[in-house]
Amino acid sequence: METLANLGDGFAIALTWQNLLLALLGCFLGTIMGALPGLGPSNGVAILIPLAFTLGLGATPSLILLTSVYYGAMYGGRISSILLNIPGDEPAMMTCLDGHPMAKKGMAGEALSLSGVASFVGAFFATWGLILLAPQLVKIALLFGPAEYFALFALAFMTLGGVSSTNQAKSAFAAALGLGLATIGVDTQTGVPRFTFGEVHLYDGLDFLVAIVGLFALSEVFIFLEHRHGGSDAEGRKMEIGKLYPPISMLKQCMPTMLRTSFLGFLAGVLPGAGASLGSFISYSMEKRLVDKKGTFGTGDPRGVAAPEAGNNAAAGGALVPMLALGVPGSGTTAVLLAVLLALNITPGPLLFTQNPDVVWGLIAALFIANFMLLAMNIPMVGLFTRVLMIPSRVLMPIVAMVSFVGIYGISGSTFDLLVMIGFGVMGWVLRKLDVPLVPIILGTLLGNAMENNLRRAVTIDNGNWLTLIDSPLAITLWAIAIIGFILPLVIGARVKSGMHVRRDEEGSISD
Amino acid sequence: MKLTATRGALAALALSLSALAASAQENPECIAPANPGGGWDFTCRQVGKSLQDLGLIDQTMQVVNLAGGGGGVAFAEVVNKRNDADNLIVAASSATATRLAQGAYPGNTMDQVRWLASVGADYGVIAVAADSEIETLPQLLDQIKADPTSVSIAGGSAVGGWDHLKVLIAADAYGIEDVRKVKYIAFDGGGEAVTQLLAGSVQGFTGDISEAKGFVDSGDIKVIAVLAPERLGGAFANFPTAREQGIDAVGANWRGFYAPGGMSDEAYDEWVSKIGELYASDQWKEVMAANGLAPLDLQGDDFQDFVEESVARIQTISREIGIIK
Repeated sequence: METLANLGDGFAIALTWQNLLLALLGCFLGTIMGALPGLGPSNGVAILIPLAFTLGLGATPSLILLTSVYYGAMYGGRISSILLNIPGDEPAMMTCLDGHPMAKKGMAGEALSLSGVASFVGAFFATWGLILLAPQLVKIALLFGPAEYFALFALAFMTLGGVSSTNQAKSAFAAALGLGLATIGVDTQTGVPRFTFGEVHLYDGLDFLVAIVGLFALSEVFIFLEHRHGGSDAEGRKMEIGKLYPPISMLKQCMPTMLRTSFLGFLAGVLPGAGASLGSFISYSMEKRLVDKKGTFGTGDPRGVAAPEAGNNAAAGGALVPMLALGVPGSGTTAVLLAVLLALNITPGPLLFTQNPDVVWGLIAALFIANFMLLAMNIPMVGLFTRVLMIPSRVLMPIVAMVSFVGIYGISGSTFDLLVMIGFGVMGWVLRKLDVPLVPIILGTLLGNAMENNLRRAVTIDNGNWLTLIDSPLAITLWAIAIIGFILPLVIGARVKSGMHVRRDEEGSISD
Repeated sequence: MKLTATRGALAALALSLSALAASAQENPECIAPANPGGGWDFTCRQVGKSLQDLGLIDQTMQVVNLAGGGGGVAFAEVVNKRNDADNLIVAASSATATRLAQGAYPGNTMDQVRWLASVGADYGVIAVAADSEIETLPQLLDQIKADPTSVSIAGGSAVGGWDHLKVLIAADAYGIEDVRKVKYIAFDGGGEAVTQLLAGSVQGFTGDISEAKGFVDSGDIKVIAVLAPERLGGAFANFPTAREQGIDAVGANWRGFYAPGGMSDEAYDEWVSKIGELYASDQWKEVMAANGLAPLDLQGDDFQDFVEESVARIQTISREIGIIK
């Protein structure tokens, strides 16, 4: 009951005209920033910090503005994933897998509004989780030592086969490539630079954003250039937009998926070493394992859109738990929010809930408000977003190229990153030709470092004893799930595959 | 006539613009050589905000995050491309000095930039979990001496980084022969390292006092030594120093700024006096108190000498433990 009273106080703080206006502004800017490739939530929040300071906002209004941007960017990331197959930010990567095929099938409107609803569901439950469980949830984060984190990352990679393409070997190759790229940079466990060739820009490793924009956006531009040169179907993008709202039956079908992945994503968000990318990734691959009996994931299954979106928005809420309750940021964006709190003379940590209840509850109320606002704002805007598909490629692709270059340069201010991005663009183009999936590369790069560091931490702590990796019940459980997730599809895979071929034939005969 | 008037106005405008550009006041910019959220970012933003609040600058300080190479990318950028910018300052700390000392910024040395001023220091702490049997620093170091494999110490910097060096300084001062045997586990930031201390994965934590404060207040960890010359004031007065336990180890993570090497003397003096004024203000004292920053009041030449000394000292330690040759 006390919680509800506190929440009521929070709403009393948050519900002023100024705060509502700030939330609206934040949601709008956040959605745009999320949708632009290159500009993700952490940069979005960082860019707006000076604005908050210049306006002389107090602690609560500043936080309301910035968390609205945060939630908005998590919403917005999906838009370019679905429409252009270019993820707006890291966690939105998984939405490409089914979102873009849906758009190609002429269901762009439905995919967008469905993902909007999924985002809402994910964020809504995560905010409740934050309210009810924050202090207790911290204990979960404390169950995870290096060995458990390693098992968790291993689990992510072992279920990778589910992610993309029918050719598992190519997925594995892509993941290995990503893991290899992750080793670039100074090795924190020994302080030795690896594969940097004396180039100081490489000391911190490759920037994921640069890799994503290069691999996805630039390679798209290259493919377009190639087709255009060949004079083939460069104009052939006349896509149907389809209905703007998903039918109730589709929502019903996706609801269990959304609920399950909200939970999973939230948990992944709570772990400081995991974050939203892992949240949306595990949500997708687990859901595929669970409900994809017919092999429709990856071909435009609505559940494949709902799963990662609910997952990554729930993770965004979850990531606030360790930030507020421990002062430990679980993601890049929460690290920025943490810095803002510190700059406002508020020290997050175990005592924040008792020392600054107005800030915490005002923030939580703001999250609810932002979430409803985003839903209300995003659904009617679907019609506007889908117009992007009407733009002919010859106009759209130069814009994509421009936004990529300006975006990356704007963030890093370094021409070196632009060169790296072009390198990734060429690599993405070659890999697409070879039909190698791109998502596992990013996952490898994104998670590889954390995976390696945790493995080495665990083994070093136990003086080189590898058995430490299976030393706790939690680690054993995670390994068990990982191994089942890896073996099971191999065993039943053949049967499913044969069934899939039969059905494809049927589909083919119908559509032709 | 009209034409000349316009010309004159234009010329005047151009003149005043160039005059403004020379001043530190105009479009003040602070480079934080890391991603948003870290200590350097905090230094830039907090100092920028306070300078503006105090009316020392008219405009909002623009904070540019130029991450990469542990500050090396920003350092190279300033040396190579922004060498004569008068409106630019760059956040720095012991980590900058450590990397400069170890030659981790390829081709760059500390005398390529002008060191401006410090804004405080964050003293190092060594802490254990609240339920640990260890109560004092000598107990911890004895245990390491007896069996180095039994104690893992977590910190937020890479091996050879400042958090690591602090433990080594203490171990060295205690007479542990081969300090390389001390088991140090590098995490991504002090927050993660403390979390692992709470989780029980490691036995000790080395970091800055500001990283540990929240967890001490909540009773989750206990600080067994502060690496300060004498006890700190305020909320930190309860923490024993390493010195009073007979271990002569001091490790301060100072925070401050450097400026481009080609900055004009005029602008340099202006920045030095502005940061000096900021440091002296009550508002900054509050910020320092809230964030666990201890006094370190060095400006201009004093600061330059101080950084030189730290670089030399870190080089000696790094050589002893074999991080550099």
